[in-house]
Amino acid sequence: MEQLWSLMPIFFEGFRVTLLLLVVSGVLALVLGTVIAAMRISPVPALRGFAAVWTEIARNTPLTLVFFFTAFVLPMLGVRAPYILLAFIALTYYTSPFVAEALRSGINGVPIGQAEAARSIGLGFGQTVSLVVLPQAFRMTIPPLINVFIALTKNTSVAGGFFVVELFATTRQLANDNGNIVIPILLTAAVLYLVITVPLGFVAARLEKRWVVKR
Amino acid sequence: MKRMRLPLIALAAAGALALSACASGDTPGAEETTAPEVEAVEFEEGTTMAALADAGTITIGTKFDQPLFGLMGPSGTPEGFDVEIGKIIASELGISEDKIEWKEAVSANREPFIQNGEVDIVIATYTINDKRKEVVSFAGPYYMAGQSILVLADNDDIESEDDLVGQPVCSVTGSTPAAKLAEIGAEPVLTDTYSNCLEPLRNGTVVAVSTDNVILAGLAAQNEGEFKVVGKPFTEEPYGIGLALEDTEFRMWINDVLEKAYEDGRYEEAWNKTAGTVLPFVEPPAPDRY
Amino acid sequence: MTGTSVLFDAPGPRARRVSLILSIVSLVAILGLVVWVGMLLAAPRESGGITLPGMFDPSRWNIFADPQVWTSIGRGVVATLQAAAVAAVGAIILGIVFSLMRSSSIAWVRIPTAWLLEFLRGMPVLLMMLFILLVASTGAFWAVVIALVLYNGTLIGEILRAGLAALPRGQREAALSVGMREFQSKMLVEFPQAFRQMLPIIVAQLVVLLKDTSLGYIVGYNEIIRNNMNNLGSFYGNRYMFSLFAVTLVIYLVINLTLSWFARWLSRRTASGGGRKRKTADPMNPAALLEAEARADEADRAAANRGLGKYDGTGR
Repeated sequence: MEQLWSLMPIFFEGFRVTLLLLVVSGVLALVLGTVIAAMRISPVPALRGFAAVWTEIARNTPLTLVFFFTAFVLPMLGVRAPYILLAFIALTYYTSPFVAEALRSGINGVPIGQAEAARSIGLGFGQTVSLVVLPQAFRMTIPPLINVFIALTKNTSVAGGFFVVELFATTRQLANDNGNIVIPILLTAAVLYLVITVPLGFVAARLEKRWVVKR
Repeated sequence: MKRMRLPLIALAAAGALALSACASGDTPGAEETTAPEVEAVEFEEGTTMAALADAGTITIGTKFDQPLFGLMGPSGTPEGFDVEIGKIIASELGISEDKIEWKEAVSANREPFIQNGEVDIVIATYTINDKRKEVVSFAGPYYMAGQSILVLADNDDIESEDDLVGQPVCSVTGSTPAAKLAEIGAEPVLTDTYSNCLEPLRNGTVVAVSTDNVILAGLAAQNEGEFKVVGKPFTEEPYGIGLALEDTEFRMWINDVLEKAYEDGRYEEAWNKTAGTVLPFVEPPAPDRY
Repeated sequence: MTGTSVLFDAPGPRARRVSLILSIVSLVAILGLVVWVGMLLAAPRESGGITLPGMFDPSRWNIFADPQVWTSIGRGVVATLQAAAVAAVGAIILGIVFSLMRSSSIAWVRIPTAWLLEFLRGMPVLLMMLFILLVASTGAFWAVVIALVLYNGTLIGEILRAGLAALPRGQREAALSVGMREFQSKMLVEFPQAFRQMLPIIVAQLVVLLKDTSLGYIVGYNEIIRNNMNNLGSFYGNRYMFSLFAVTLVIYLVINLTLSWFARWLSRRTASGGGRKRKTADPMNPAALLEAEARADEADRAAANRGLGKYDGTGR
């Protein structure tokens, strides 16, 4: 028990990096996902096609291979960045299609009369989407978005194999150094992950419950 | 219901794949070449040796991705120095090479594998240390490695571990060398396989790769002319054979086997066949009978 | 959404021309990017005082002429598919069990199950696999499978619960009225229909399951990525890292895209025509699951409040 307690500072350092990965990649994925979603419903077929292809490929590549690309192939192409930035890129790329799909479903949930009304008073595409559709879609999108963030939290553990010392990599290092308490170390790591994911899950369920009735 | 047929067919197909999975079991295919003949040996009743000899098979945990020591190639059975030691022990039990079941022992699961009886012994560049001795016991050591440094061949700035202080150095997550790097004040940059460390070294993100000298030598040999091992080993990593904590008889017996192999040349032969292609042969350390 | 045309006017000749120019420009830009990347990769590099050949140099691809290498790669693919298939079957069975337990009328079954499901959903699959391997000494294959079964079983359980709630109440009432017990009604009448209804979402979840088998590397399971990148990569050397990566990527894309299209095709085929015109939601959409779940919760609560079954003696 003493031994485990003395390791807590190291755990928290890994936890901090995981939180950093989650927050930064989450925000970037939100931005990128919104752009992709907007491209999906845009009037330009080229943009629609690009967004569709991007979503398909990004959803069907395992995260490990995405990380391989950002950690090894990008530097070969001359991208010299600290590995944590490359991890941000990988996680953002991987999460963006899920954000885009969540947004799309939110947009689909907005009654069509809203868009018709906006058009009938002369608003263009950009104005309709940004002033009328997205604000309403956003409310309905929050629960699925939270689920996407829960998945992102768990996905940060893959970064541990690619030069970013987050919680999972820390756990493995500690388990190796302290071969006598491997199981308690893993349990501590599990608890730390649950500290993030379980509250997020509850929030998502509560929000969805509230808004399902309203629909 | 007609519409249920499609999902039922899908389930049946999955089930068929599943059954084939159960049939083929854990380890991939056995060797095709005929293994050398081994003689049956008699052991005292109730010992692990007797049980293994009767069963006719032994489960050995080893690494599948360590150059020179335990490497799984496309043939389906691992090759390397640790593997050869395992074969020597098995032959002393009257178990031929192709009857050995090899399981991959990744660093994190070596102790639990032994504790749960998942494997009988672990020969996987397994460094003996006191914390591990609390939960498993070690026969050997059968080789004395040491942590060393790998740099680009044209890098003359790094000569010893003192030059690593404050510099980013690559190693593998969950390994003893990685912990040592943190200890001496270098910045550990961690990944899953040693091979992954070469790319950051190449593009300058890290100045060196540090782990046991034998692994570094293997990496340098695979990439001729690009890298070199520098400095003297600055730690002592005694590689031991891990087995169950309470099994003193088995441990002493393995120590006997090791000493026999040292004397009759099988050890040297095993070395020359595997790691000896790159590294010089050194006299093996005496087994520690504690 | 048919409303995409609501958001903007039908394009006139000028808009069409702009659109065409934009398409051509972006296509050229993307092609240019691909060519530029290809050239960068193909260029030889200096390292450690020697010159390394470019990524497309034959010396980096010669191992693929060896049939043994392809056999080994094939073994990795089979390992992935095996784990996925067994885990899929297990997840569906566990999903049925979980949804039964979760909608049980007995509080001390329902509430601990809810907590268990939250716990299982919140744990990273990587950690679960490692944990099962170390604690239950099951070997790499079963560690991967059990972790995947537990995680996906919870999700499929929620999907099925949603499917049950979406059924017309009359189905269950009819089953009970011909004398079936609660359990029989569920297994013989309600689940088959719920299954068919939710099949696209379930298949989509199974595609995610297949992708997650790649996490098996952590317990040493020789699925495609570990087999190619770790084992073959360590065996043949760092020189082949890029080529092995390219091959692995192509294999995975082929498998996953095939399964995704199968999921979509299935969704179109089994979309219930019937009287109700249902929006065939894209089954790959993560939001679909959440929405379905919420409706299921609603329906459960509503049914409980309605006191359904209080008078027929079997209780709910």
